[in-house]
Amino acid sequence: MAASGALLVLFLFAHAAGNLKIFVGLPDFDHYAEWLRELGTPLLPHAWFLWIQRVGLLVAIGLHIWAATALTIRAKKARPVKYAHRPKVQGSYAARTMRWGGVIIVLFVIYHILDLTTGHLNPEGGDSNPSARVVADFAPERWYVTLFYVVAVVAVGFHLRHGIWSAFRTLGQQTTKGERRAQAIALTLSVLLVAMYLSVPVAVLTGLVG
Amino acid sequence: MDIKVRVWRQAGPSTGGKMVTYDVKGISPDASFLEMIDVLNETLILSGDDPIAFDHDCREGICGACSMVINGVAHGPEKATTTCQLHMRKFSDGDVIDVEPWRAAAFPVIKDLVVDRTAFDKIIQAGGYITAPTGTAPDAHATPVPKKDADAAFEAATCIGCGACVAACPNGSSMLFTAAKIAHLGLMPQGQPERDSRVIDMLQAQDDAGFGGCTNAGECTTVCPKGIPLSLIGRLNSDYRKAITKR
Amino acid sequence: MTANDFWAEGEPVFDKAAPDGPVETRWERRKFSAKLVNPANRRKLTVIVVGTGLAGGSAAATLAEAGYRVKSYCYQDSPRRAHSIAAQGGINAAKNYRNDGDSVYRLFYDTVKGGDFRARESNVYRLAQVSVNIIDQCVAQGVPFAREYGGLLDNRSFGGTQVSRTFYARGQTGQQLLLGAYQALERQIGLGNVEMNARHEMLELIIVDGKARGIVVRDMVTGEITTEFADAVVLASGGYGNVFFLSTNAKGCNVTASWRAHRKGALFANPCYTQIHPTCIPESGSHQSKLTLMSESLRNDGRVWVPKNAADCQKPAGEIAEEDRDYYLERIYPSFGNLVPRDIASRAAKNVCDEGRGVGPGGLGVYLDFADAINRLGRKAVEAKYGNLFEMYERITGEDPYETPMRIYPAVHYTMGGLWVDYDLQSTVPGLFVVGEANFSDHGANRLGASALMQGLADGYFVLPNTISNYLASGPFPAVKATDAPVVEARKQVEDRIEKFLSIDGDRTVDSFHRELGQIMWEYCGMERTEEGLTKAIGLIRALKEEFWTRVKVPGKGEELNQNLEKAGRVADFIELGELMCIDALHRRESCGGHFRAESQTPDGEAMRHDDEFSYAAAWEYFGADGKPVLHKEDLNFEYVHPSTRSYK
Repeated sequence: MAASGALLVLFLFAHAAGNLKIFVGLPDFDHYAEWLRELGTPLLPHAWFLWIQRVGLLVAIGLHIWAATALTIRAKKARPVKYAHRPKVQGSYAARTMRWGGVIIVLFVIYHILDLTTGHLNPEGGDSNPSARVVADFAPERWYVTLFYVVAVVAVGFHLRHGIWSAFRTLGQQTTKGERRAQAIALTLSVLLVAMYLSVPVAVLTGLVG
Repeated sequence: MDIKVRVWRQAGPSTGGKMVTYDVKGISPDASFLEMIDVLNETLILSGDDPIAFDHDCREGICGACSMVINGVAHGPEKATTTCQLHMRKFSDGDVIDVEPWRAAAFPVIKDLVVDRTAFDKIIQAGGYITAPTGTAPDAHATPVPKKDADAAFEAATCIGCGACVAACPNGSSMLFTAAKIAHLGLMPQGQPERDSRVIDMLQAQDDAGFGGCTNAGECTTVCPKGIPLSLIGRLNSDYRKAITKR
Repeated sequence: MTANDFWAEGEPVFDKAAPDGPVETRWERRKFSAKLVNPANRRKLTVIVVGTGLAGGSAAATLAEAGYRVKSYCYQDSPRRAHSIAAQGGINAAKNYRNDGDSVYRLFYDTVKGGDFRARESNVYRLAQVSVNIIDQCVAQGVPFAREYGGLLDNRSFGGTQVSRTFYARGQTGQQLLLGAYQALERQIGLGNVEMNARHEMLELIIVDGKARGIVVRDMVTGEITTEFADAVVLASGGYGNVFFLSTNAKGCNVTASWRAHRKGALFANPCYTQIHPTCIPESGSHQSKLTLMSESLRNDGRVWVPKNAADCQKPAGEIAEEDRDYYLERIYPSFGNLVPRDIASRAAKNVCDEGRGVGPGGLGVYLDFADAINRLGRKAVEAKYGNLFEMYERITGEDPYETPMRIYPAVHYTMGGLWVDYDLQSTVPGLFVVGEANFSDHGANRLGASALMQGLADGYFVLPNTISNYLASGPFPAVKATDAPVVEARKQVEDRIEKFLSIDGDRTVDSFHRELGQIMWEYCGMERTEEGLTKAIGLIRALKEEFWTRVKVPGKGEELNQNLEKAGRVADFIELGELMCIDALHRRESCGGHFRAESQTPDGEAMRHDDEFSYAAAWEYFGADGKPVLHKEDLNFEYVHPSTRSYK
């Protein structure tokens, strides 16, 4: 979980950094999208590097989900009879919502790809510029889409807060100082990512970008 | 005070069970939770019912025998307290209190609230010791142990093996129990020669016993009557990583 | 009083295994003279060990390491839960790491004196000798003893000794030592050298051809009765403090293993020697199921008092003016004050409560007040020293000891008596060995603080493994079969008894009988005993026994987990033991250690021994449920430490 999760966190940062390009200007943003596809050429044919990344990501996601499923199945087996009095969450909610949070994130990612990558669910359709799809997506009259994104991104934030901290623990973090550091890193990274991701839809919604 | 308890009743290991409600009247707030069950049992016996079976022994919070999940929390609402040290003054008149056994495949119910915790002994058998046959020891002062390490080892060694960590873990994992023993022995110089094999073997035994996997959910440490910290699981993971890379 | 209606006197008993000559070399010489068992032959010899506390756990592990086949039994769900785990204070050892003049001889001297000259010199000397090995052994096992900044072991002075020889692991020394023994035992279980039977209770001893050859056990989960055979049987089943119902023992602690062996011929020695600990949390009501010990160290800074006038007892402590308080320990014992030994502090508390000046529910309590210490040292310092104890007190009583004085009362804590054993720890039944609190050997009439852990581990790790070989060397003995007459009979006794419990179907619970027995014992055979009271108690116990066997109600079946059936067997044995304790207390018309006879005191109320008449261990032989127990005296000779009188004024 920790290793595949770490790869996914790296991707999230690269993705977020790219997103911010939109604040430089819409054409720059489109240019960045095109550059992603040109990356690796001429060594590799057009868009190959991107596909390699995508396959890598898929493998990481696959491993992450597989590990999560295996753990869930083990957990179910380890407690065949449930408590009649549902246990209170005493640790952290972020920790106890990892599984459902993960499922919500998967559903969101599928929607997100169909919306902004392929354009199937986007008002602009698939043949438009990436920037146009973004602007159309978060237009004020489609506030519910923005709201959905906000909810999903916050869910990602929660998932990361526990995930990153937990990864440190899995990899052997054990000191009090390290504990404070791990918590701080997890919180900072999650808040930073949430802020980076939310800045774009909010900017479009408020007309700052458009 | 007058309360109602809903208690898990199960006649034997292979039969089903259900929650049964009992009235307990006029119980003193100074009675311990187990004494409340004692009082209830006395009335059950005299009225021809089967008294509630539950594990208990020292009743001073150190033997680790008592094991009740009270209103969904292992050992009940008071932090850092075993069931036997929980007192009725922590409840209010008229409360309805749910009492259940530890729930874990590795801790099968024997009867009512009594579960079989031999799985913990199995984990210790796999490596939770330092090999030091009687008579082989050098003088106790032969190897000084830094106070910091000795104190930390002691903190880890205070685990009473009650199993509350497993009962509370959403995954039914025994990681905190295993980690406490790994830390106790691994912090002492005497524990170094077997450090690598210990962590590998104990984790294997834990998996074989049918405990779930750890996801660092942290519920274990909140119910632990001895406050064993979650950081010991990090220590175990670190030991494990080093041990398998050396293999 | 001599042999009379209550008992008969038999031949004296001798410890034939003990070497004579210089005390310093007796153990060495015994080890040398004891026969050995060839390592190759050890696999052919089986030893049953009942109990997994410090003595039983360490014995089982050590015997298995030596190559014997071991079968271990405990009533708990895991060997780790034996009640040794609850010992708080520490373990003595004559290491002299403090260079404060300690030595094996001094520990020996202190122990004989502390035991009020009612212990065997040979045994005590050996105990002091092996004490040093225990610490080495435990450190090698990884027991996290308290250490100093230099990394060496810390020591403290404990229980009024003038040297610092007590090793400790915060307030949980028993737990840490037991985990060490438990882990060594689990290792042997994992290696297949020990067959562990948790949740199994020994209900009878099997004697074939005059030798202990096995036990009858009940599987407490299924109720199945089985007969288990071996070449020798070791009892490590602990003390019998629960005869008082309320004690600091765990709820499950019982005398059944020892008592069954006693009924089969093993002598039971000095049953009346009970240690009563002065600083326990008092009862809070009729629901009380056990008593909790608070570390004696509290008396270092707390001041013990009760109101001068009984009329003030109902007032909150804060409303009682300084001049109306009686700091009775400081008043009666000006030089030792609040730090007088356990028995003296306990008896003084009882006396003031008997005068009607006790405080708290039922008037059974005295104040232990930290107000002066808080004023003098500051709350912070008091918290640093006693914080965890104050917390424990508050958790149990709901009162804050920083604000209102603690209430304490004495409670039964340890029993010095037990099955009679010789120097080899062998009882009067050949092949039956007894170790730890279950035997009577090393403490005499009173046990020093931090010596129980020492004795348990000494017996289990170092003494028994060396002496049992002398017996086993003549084995393996002829195989025993389940169909042999003595085996069938022992099994039938167990089955009939269970059947009897279940069939009475009376109108009183087992616990109600146990409580009543406890009240009788506490009243008449507790801190202060009189001829009149003891005679009365014997009558009451006999009537109680009669009532038990006609009115007890044990619910459920035998073939299941049945906690009331377990209790019924234990209480039935406690009732019989209670009678013997009272008879022993009645016959010993002197005060010594944990036995105080009101008739034998100095004009100012101190214990008075009668060495001319009672310098012996009283070993009792069972003569049937209605027969008179027969007294066998083992004379005690003091060649090194000559009897003197304690004084704490």
